[in-house]
Amino acid sequence: MSTATQSAPGITAPQQGPVRIDRRLPRFAPLGLYLAGIALGAGLSAVTGFSVTSTVIYGVVLGTLAVYAASRAVEGRRKATDRLVTCLVTTAFGIAMIPLVSLVYTVLDKGLARLDADFFSMSMFRVVGEGGGAYHAIFGTVIITAVATLISVPIGLFTAIYLVEYGAGRLKRAITFFVDVMTGIPSIVAGLFAFALFTLLFGNDFRAGVMGAVALSVLMIPVVVRSCEEVLKLVPNELREASYALGVPKWRTVVKVVLPTAVAGLGTGVTLSVARVVGETAPLLITVGLITGTNLNPFDGRMATLPVFAYYQLTQPGTATQAFLDRAWTAALVLIILVMALNVVARLISRFFAPKTGL
Amino acid sequence: MTATKTPIEPSSQRRAVRRPGDRIFAGGAKGSGIFILIVLAGVAAFLISEAVPALTASAEDIPGGEGLASYVGPLILGTLLGAVLALLVATPLAVGIALYITYYAPRRIAAVMGYVIDLLAAIPSVVYGFWGLAVLAPTLVPFHVWAADNLGWIPFFAGPASTSGRTMLTVGLVLAVMILPIISAIAREVFSQVPALHREAALALGATRWEMIKMAVLPYGKSGVIAGAMLGLGRALGETMAVAIILSGGAGATVNLISNSNPSTIASNIALRFPEATGIGVNTLIASGLVLFVITLAVNMIARWIVNRRADFSGAN
Repeated sequence: MSTATQSAPGITAPQQGPVRIDRRLPRFAPLGLYLAGIALGAGLSAVTGFSVTSTVIYGVVLGTLAVYAASRAVEGRRKATDRLVTCLVTTAFGIAMIPLVSLVYTVLDKGLARLDADFFSMSMFRVVGEGGGAYHAIFGTVIITAVATLISVPIGLFTAIYLVEYGAGRLKRAITFFVDVMTGIPSIVAGLFAFALFTLLFGNDFRAGVMGAVALSVLMIPVVVRSCEEVLKLVPNELREASYALGVPKWRTVVKVVLPTAVAGLGTGVTLSVARVVGETAPLLITVGLITGTNLNPFDGRMATLPVFAYYQLTQPGTATQAFLDRAWTAALVLIILVMALNVVARLISRFFAPKTGL
Repeated sequence: MTATKTPIEPSSQRRAVRRPGDRIFAGGAKGSGIFILIVLAGVAAFLISEAVPALTASAEDIPGGEGLASYVGPLILGTLLGAVLALLVATPLAVGIALYITYYAPRRIAAVMGYVIDLLAAIPSVVYGFWGLAVLAPTLVPFHVWAADNLGWIPFFAGPASTSGRTMLTVGLVLAVMILPIISAIAREVFSQVPALHREAALALGATRWEMIKMAVLPYGKSGVIAGAMLGLGRALGETMAVAIILSGGAGATVNLISNSNPSTIASNIALRFPEATGIGVNTLIASGLVLFVITLAVNMIARWIVNRRADFSGAN
C-alpha cells in the first residue's frame, strides 16, 4: 500500500459546461453566502446559549443551505447540486481536521508541563510521587526498535529483491499476496505470537526485550517489503542491462547498481516503517511489560518502553495522581515528536540522497 | 535487438556460467521470501498450539465459568460493533476527503492536504486513547444524554446515558478517526487514476463537476473504495490500545452504544487481562486472539482480492 502522495490528476478544471440559461452567481457570492450562513448560525447559537460546537454545526448547515438556495434560484437545479456537493466535500475535509487539531493541541497543552530535563535524565526507580522521568523508557524504546529494525530490514530487503529481481510464477504471487495480508495483522496478535513462541522455547516466565522486538518485526517486515519493492521497481531496466552487457554478474549488479540507485527510497521506506512501529503499545504490553528501573539488555528481563510507560502512568496512577498524569501526557508528547521527526527524516532522506539525475 | 531468423532465447538460458555468488545471493533472496510465509504460518501455528488447552478445558475452568463460547461471544460482538460503527462513520467522510483532495482542493495545496491527512495515520494508537478519554468522551456526554432522551426507542440508544462518555459510541468515533487516513489514501489513489478521457468526455457533454464525478469517477473507483473500507475494517477490528483506554467494558452481550455497560472487544480484553493472567486464563486469551486473527485475516484477504482484481482490470485500460 503506497502512502506516497498522489499528484493531482491532469485535468480537473471546473469549467462550467454550456449551461443553457447563462445566469451565474458572481464569483465570490457563494463564499459570501456561506459566511453569512455561518454568521446566522452564530446568532442562532447565541440565542440558545452560546457554544462553539453549536455555532459550527448551525453555521455549516445554514451556510450550505444558503449557497444551495441561492444557486437553485439563480443558476438552476444541476448547478445547485454541484455547489451543494462542493460544500459537503469541503465539510468532510474540515471534519477530519477537527480531531487532528484537537489532539495535537491537547497533547501539547497537557504534555508541556513535564517536558523538562528530569524527564529525559531520570528513571522511575524508587519514584512514587512527583519527579521521575522516562529515561529508562526512552532507552528501552530505542533498543527494542533497533533490534526489531536489525531483524526486519535484512529479511524485508532481501524479500523485496527477490520479488523484483528474481521472483516469478506462483511463489512470487503467493509472497506478494501474503505480505499484503500480513500488513493487516492486528498488533496484539503479533504480540501473542511472540509470547507463544518464546514461551514454547524458554518456558513460561521468560521475559526479555527481544520478545517485543520479534513482535514488532512481524508488524514491520511487510511494511519494509512493500516500500522497498516499490522503490526497486522504479530503478530503470537500462541500468541493469548496461551492467549485464559489461559482463557483471547479476548479484553484483543488484548490489553495485540497483541498490545504490535506490538508496534514497530504501532509506525513506525503512525510516517510515520504523515510525510505524515505534508507537506500538499492545505487543510490548503483553510481552515486555514495564519496570521502573533501567534495563539496557534486550536479552534478559523486562524493559520499559515509552508507549507502555505512558499507558501505565495514565491508567494506574499512584497516590500523586497529577504527577502520574503529567508524566503520561509528556510521554505521549515525546512519542508524537518522535514519530513526526522520523517522518520528517524520511522526507529529508528522499530529498538529499535522491540519485543525481545527471545531465 | 537485431532481427535474426533464429528465435531469440530467453537470456536466462543463454547464461553460460552460474557463479557461486549468484547462487548464494539468489538463494538468500528466495529464502527470505519463503521465511515470511513461514512466519505467517508460524503465527497461526503458535497461536493454535497455545490455544489448544483452552479449547479442550472443561467449561468451569474458563474465566467466567461458562465455557469458551460464552466467554468469547460477547467479545466478538463488541469487536464487530465498534468496528462496523467506525466503518459507517469513516467511509463517507473518507470518500468526501479523497474527492476534495483529488478534484476540489486548489491544486497547489492539494499535496499538502494529503500529507496532513496522512499525519492522522502516524499518530500512535495509545495517544488516540489518551485523546479519546480526555477530550472526546467528555465532549460527547451531552450527545449521549440527548440520544437517550430522543432516540431511546432504537435498541442502539436504549440508555441509560453514560455520564463519563466511555462508551462504545465514543470508541467507534475514535476508531473512525484512526481508519479515516487508510480509507482515504486508497480512495485518493483510485480516484486519481480515473482515465482523463472519461472525465473530459463527461465535461465535454456539459456535465457539472459533480455530474462528472458521479458518471466517471465513482463507478471507476467503487471497488477501490470497497477494498479501502475493508482494510480499514481490518484495522478497526484489531485496534487495541485506544479501545482499552477509553471503553468501560466487561459487561455481557449488548448492542446498547451509549450506556456504561459495554461489551469489551477481543483485542482490548487481551491487553487489559493478559499482564495479570495465569494458567488457563492465558490460553483462553490466546484462543480469543486466534479468533481475532482469523477474522482479520479473512477481511484482509477479501480486501486484497478485490484490490488485485481491480489492478488486473486497470492494466487492460
